[in-house]
Amino acid sequence: MANIASTSASAGSDLTARALREAVFAGLISLGLFVLFVGLKTDQNIRNELVLNQRWGLLAIFVIVAAVGRFLMVAYIQPAMARRKAAKAEAEDVVKEETFFKRNFSKIAIAALILYPPVIVALVGVQGSLKWVDNFGVQILIYVMLAWGLNIVVGLAGLLDLGYVAFYAVGAYSYALLSTYFGLSFWILLPVAGILAAFWGMILGFPVLRLRGDYLAIVTLAFGEIIRLVLINWTEVTKGTFGVSGIAKATLFGIKFDASKDGFAALMGLPMSSAYYKIFLFYLILALALLTAYVTIRLRRMPIGRAWEALREDEIACRSLGINTVTTKLTAFATGAMFGGIAGSFFAVRQGFVSPESFVFLESAVILAIVVLGGMGSLTGIAIAAVAMIGGTEILRELSFLKAVFGPDFTPELYRMLIFGLAMVVVMVWKPRGFVGSREPTAFLRERKAISGSFTKEGHG
Amino acid sequence: MALETTTMKKDPILSVEHLSMRFGGLMAINDFSFEAYRGDITALIGPNGAGKTTVFNCITGFYKPTMGMITMKQKSGKEYLLERLPDFEITKHAKVARTFQNIRMFSGLTVLENLLVAQHNKLMQASGYTVLGLLGFPAYKQASKESIELARHWLEKASLVDRADDPAGDLPYGAQRRLEIARAMCTGPELLCLDEPAAGLNPRESLALNELLRGIRAETGTSILLIEHDMSVVMEISDHVVVLEYGQKISDGNPDFVKNDPRVIAAYLGVEDEEVEEVIEQIEEIEGGQGGSKK
Ligand SMILES: Nc1ncnc2c1ncn2[C@@H]1O[C@H](COP(=O)(O)OP(=O)(O)O)[C@@H](O)[C@H]1O
Ligand SMILES: [Mg+2]
Repeated sequence: MANIASTSASAGSDLTARALREAVFAGLISLGLFVLFVGLKTDQNIRNELVLNQRWGLLAIFVIVAAVGRFLMVAYIQPAMARRKAAKAEAEDVVKEETFFKRNFSKIAIAALILYPPVIVALVGVQGSLKWVDNFGVQILIYVMLAWGLNIVVGLAGLLDLGYVAFYAVGAYSYALLSTYFGLSFWILLPVAGILAAFWGMILGFPVLRLRGDYLAIVTLAFGEIIRLVLINWTEVTKGTFGVSGIAKATLFGIKFDASKDGFAALMGLPMSSAYYKIFLFYLILALALLTAYVTIRLRRMPIGRAWEALREDEIACRSLGINTVTTKLTAFATGAMFGGIAGSFFAVRQGFVSPESFVFLESAVILAIVVLGGMGSLTGIAIAAVAMIGGTEILRELSFLKAVFGPDFTPELYRMLIFGLAMVVVMVWKPRGFVGSREPTAFLRERKAISGSFTKEGHG
Repeated sequence: MALETTTMKKDPILSVEHLSMRFGGLMAINDFSFEAYRGDITALIGPNGAGKTTVFNCITGFYKPTMGMITMKQKSGKEYLLERLPDFEITKHAKVARTFQNIRMFSGLTVLENLLVAQHNKLMQASGYTVLGLLGFPAYKQASKESIELARHWLEKASLVDRADDPAGDLPYGAQRRLEIARAMCTGPELLCLDEPAAGLNPRESLALNELLRGIRAETGTSILLIEHDMSVVMEISDHVVVLEYGQKISDGNPDFVKNDPRVIAAYLGVEDEEVEEVIEQIEEIEGGQGGSKK
């Protein structure tokens, strides 16, 4: 008895001793490594003479970080990970009881989103809510909708599309141009933009039908660039790089959101504020995003949705079952493009200004990254990924305290892409199939079981 | 008795005439003609590389033959020239379904979903090409229910009901073979083409497969065309055997006739790769069976 107790106690002190030893080593190694790189710095003074700056404080920080980090790693993190692994292996056979929160996640999330603007207004006031509703709420929801749209093409049908932003651009310019030149209202142009984008999706679809994988990705990328270059160079219509400005705002049953006496604020007896329009836009994009999700969920249970997923799994088997893979691919492109177009026209009405600058390749890459990070095919995972990526980059703008750490020259926005890339690498190593790697079956005989991501394929173009 | 000619009077469902397929300099199929009869299990056998899979790919539209004519005659009397149809229409309109030598599952879909995908065309129509289904019209709900019932039926036949909600990629090999056949049957074919369905199966799985095939024929009257390597399986279940070697037909008749045909024995002995031993074994087995029947 006493024996066992003493061994476990000695194991504990052994661990600490080992951790201390390794921490000292790590500190020494980093000291050796950094003493010349960090501790000493050569500079030129005003007379162009070489001077040696000594930065012992910074060197000390490096060494301490290395030593403390190693200590924590050995003493706490590694044992904790080992314990978790053991616990997981034990719990393998035990059926996981899903918590209430997990089961009703989507309902709770929707309720939270509907309550979001009033709560924010109550917390920070009408004027203060602008930032939270617009920069965070609307911005994230646009990307959620775009990623859900792209998910149909990439996640369900397995067709790698690197030019999705083209359809976003088509939608945005459709609204911008048709409303400026013909004065049509937003509510008419919203579906029109969707239809036009779907039409362009088909146009893209035809030449790339025979291509797969890398080739498909490159051609879609080129398509995205073509659309952008046309927008830049067709100056008579699109005004080129200047962009289209003064785009009409949306109205709510004919009520305008302006300072006029029959505007929204006046009618409601509220003081004039642009926040009401933003809140209205928030609910609008929320409704559009939920429509995208609803249609996607319905389509997955239809023969066409199943054919998309089957196409991702094995195209030749699809053809052997009498499925016309040409029309199946085209409908996937068109449906995905339609939602991109609708999101685009929303973008135009929100900004009041569109220019080709908003539709660069990086946008396509970000949307695709959200889909991959969230878990291809999973709506919940993609929404979480959009919140993390877009919300995260917005928060980076806010982190002025980082200036205190890294000096006054530090601009967090400039490091956005760096942090963004690092985060992606970390997530992909930690969860190679994205946040939600499993797939919900669309029909079942006895019970609905989630399908592990190890069985699903990513598609081959 | 050896020269079996009674099959000549039967009604052909598939006739292949003067089929040739050339890959570059290689004549994989050379002036090959045969007929498969309605309601029969027809076996296409031959050594490795004889061109069996190529014949299947020509029949099901995955290859366009260099020469020749392939006619599918349906029960209704409608005739289709398969070499002129694109692959998916061969299944959709001509009602010829197939499986693959290396199994092609939708491994990330459940077993049930695999069978629902096979009913795509029927369900597409019922859902008004998605539009009516999306709007929630009852016709689609009804059709959807029926499609699940049909899937359940074939799952029972293939003894896979217990695994219906598991991913297809999780099934053992033999079960995947049966699932592929059940999936092909869900397209409602008149001719079912199976490419080496018994390859890699253990004896128990082989038995289950034979049962499934007999069940299919007895219940639906679907004609079956199968490629087989294992002679013993062929002799047991087929009504009619066609033997192919180097892209040419060397024998055609009922199993008894074929296994006594000296050209077939020579062809199987003539195989030059590492499979010689296996082939010799098979022939001995056949001869053993022959001796038994002569008694
Ligand atoms: N797509 C192709 N391209 C070139 N040669 C092919 C192709 N498909 C089959 N072959 C050749 O045709 C011959 C017959 O092959 P196959 O039909 O697969 O034989 P089997 O199924 O009887 O074993 C082989 O020599 C093979 O190499
Ligand atoms: Mg073969």
